[in-house]
Amino acid sequence: MSILVNKDTKVIVQGFTGKEGSFHAEQCLAYGTQIVGGVTPNKGGEEHLGKPVFNTVAQAVNATSATVSMIFVPPAFVADAVMEAADAGIELAVIITEGAPVRDMQKAKAYAQKKGMMSIGPNCPGIITAGECKIGIMPGMIFKKGSVGLISKSGTLTYEGANQVCQEGYGISTAVGIGGDPIIGLSYKQLLPMFEADPQTKAIVLIGEIGGDLEIQAAAFIKEHITKPVVAFIAGQSAPKGKRMGHAGAIVSGGAGTAAEKMAALEAAGVYVVKSPAQIGKKIAEVLGK
Amino acid sequence: MNVHEYQAKEIFAKYGVAIPRGFVANTPKEAVENAKKLGGKIWVVKAQIHAGGRGLGGGVKLARSLEEVEQLASEILGMTLVTHQTGPEGKLVKKVYIEEGVDIADELYLGVVLDRAKEMPVIMASTEGGMAIEEVASKTPEKIIKVAVDPAIGFQGFHGRALAFGLGLKKEEMGNFIKFASALYSVYMENDAELIEINPLVKTGKGDFIALDGKMGFDDSALYRHADIEAMRDESEEDASEREAAQYGLSYIKLDGSVGCMVNGAGLAMGTMDTINYVGGTPANFLDVGGKANAQTVAKGFEIILQDPNVKSIFVNIFGGIVRCDRIASGILEATKLVDVKVPVIVRLDGTNAPEAAEILKSANIANVISASDLEDGAKKAVAAAKGEL
Repeated sequence: MSILVNKDTKVIVQGFTGKEGSFHAEQCLAYGTQIVGGVTPNKGGEEHLGKPVFNTVAQAVNATSATVSMIFVPPAFVADAVMEAADAGIELAVIITEGAPVRDMQKAKAYAQKKGMMSIGPNCPGIITAGECKIGIMPGMIFKKGSVGLISKSGTLTYEGANQVCQEGYGISTAVGIGGDPIIGLSYKQLLPMFEADPQTKAIVLIGEIGGDLEIQAAAFIKEHITKPVVAFIAGQSAPKGKRMGHAGAIVSGGAGTAAEKMAALEAAGVYVVKSPAQIGKKIAEVLGK
Repeated sequence: MNVHEYQAKEIFAKYGVAIPRGFVANTPKEAVENAKKLGGKIWVVKAQIHAGGRGLGGGVKLARSLEEVEQLASEILGMTLVTHQTGPEGKLVKKVYIEEGVDIADELYLGVVLDRAKEMPVIMASTEGGMAIEEVASKTPEKIIKVAVDPAIGFQGFHGRALAFGLGLKKEEMGNFIKFASALYSVYMENDAELIEINPLVKTGKGDFIALDGKMGFDDSALYRHADIEAMRDESEEDASEREAAQYGLSYIKLDGSVGCMVNGAGLAMGTMDTINYVGGTPANFLDVGGKANAQTVAKGFEIILQDPNVKSIFVNIFGGIVRCDRIASGILEATKLVDVKVPVIVRLDGTNAPEAAEILKSANIANVISASDLEDGAKKAVAAAKGEL
């Protein structure tokens, strides 16, 4: 078991024939992901990486029965691509592209929700079910199959956390990079219950950062609904106020969204909060008691 | 990206958001000419910098004669204005805005920001105009009225009424206020603004509403479709090192510690700073080299980090995903040839091709390049090196 995606998941790639799309689609195929085709307008009918190219998502879905789309189109076209996927009946869009305007994502997400499509990202590493299916840009080899679920706003902290968990002798069930933009698709609150219901997952790693209040919402949800142990790290304890730390959403504004308040809320919800990302693996080992 | 008050007001005016008449000036002489153009007997001379709290810092003054306009303008132009938002070093004033006097009956607050939890813009209004809104929010949150607007329906009458009733406006004032708020919502949406603040929003004796101040920030990701706003960029208001870094695809923010950091990924960069603190040191900067790091970007990163004289050691922390560690290792070696790095450089490379990278660094055998086995080890070594204990 795992969450959201597994070895049977059929995936198409929007922006399939572009440089980034091609490179990462190839890596995903090598990992074993069932990429069944891709979409690039005006290249329909061609073949790319041994898979068919379609002009529209609707055509791709009709021909391949894909349920997930991995999106690599340039920032200005992300909203259009997400809404096209939702319109074509895609169930989950994984949006890798960085730099999509906030207003566009607001519109696209509202439409996706209306159509019942889930999304991950934008500006994220994607989702990986270890040993089965990688939809994104993460280095597949560090994700060994195991019993720890991982949710992270940051890409490289996803790798750091997963690597530590695996080095402690545990592995990953599914890892989801949700992205650090002001408006994102699936967040902690939607993903936590999926891990709670997944029999393979025995513990959860939650990696957050400054800005917004998704971690606070997660804390409230964990307190009420999550029985599995959760280990958390919040990046940006030493970040100055009012400065944007790389991610569009990583900013402490008006004194709200600090690491300290998020850590306190998670601790109060019974989460094992570590002060340095270097302790994620050790804390998981301690909690799962080898 | 942020703009000056006079630029925000130019945008307001295009959408029918009422502003006092005013002109920007670069010299005291120009300031007097502007005051003459405006006419009247009272003018306001306002320092134009990208920071709030200008009034309290002495950057906004009332003039009652043309001589006074000239004198105040010459005082304010060239002054280094320190406010609660500039930091102790303050900001140099290069432009003043000369504005006509306004009949002030009451001062309110009106702003628009993105409500990340609701995922829609929220209009905030308060009767506590002129005060720092953060302070109002923390001390008397009930005095801030918040109305979220779903962009699918846009600004409607009921949004406006909720704000107007919340502010306790009189019946005859409501129409004017709702028109003002509606226009401001259009400014926000149509320009991909991230934030708009009018503090204070003035209610005149006649019951008109005028934006006495104006602050706007924009979504950087959307600037490509707003050439007119991009043209308003004042590079002198932005940190020179941050701007230089951005030109090379690096995201850099200067801090005040002694351990320089070079990391891939924003989250890991913050996590590295946190780890340095955790093991007893202080980070000198945030630096995300991004996913396409090469020898040139690494060299540029070293150069920018070393511009800060407080830096006593550098911690290079890379978790290679798509980025290959062996390439980073070669990049570090090349960078040390391009830039004279005198401080110890602690290098932790993990992930894709990490063993090859370790080999490259080992065989190069550069005295001040020290390898670390993991994140914590690297942070400890970098902190020790900064303290001269390594």
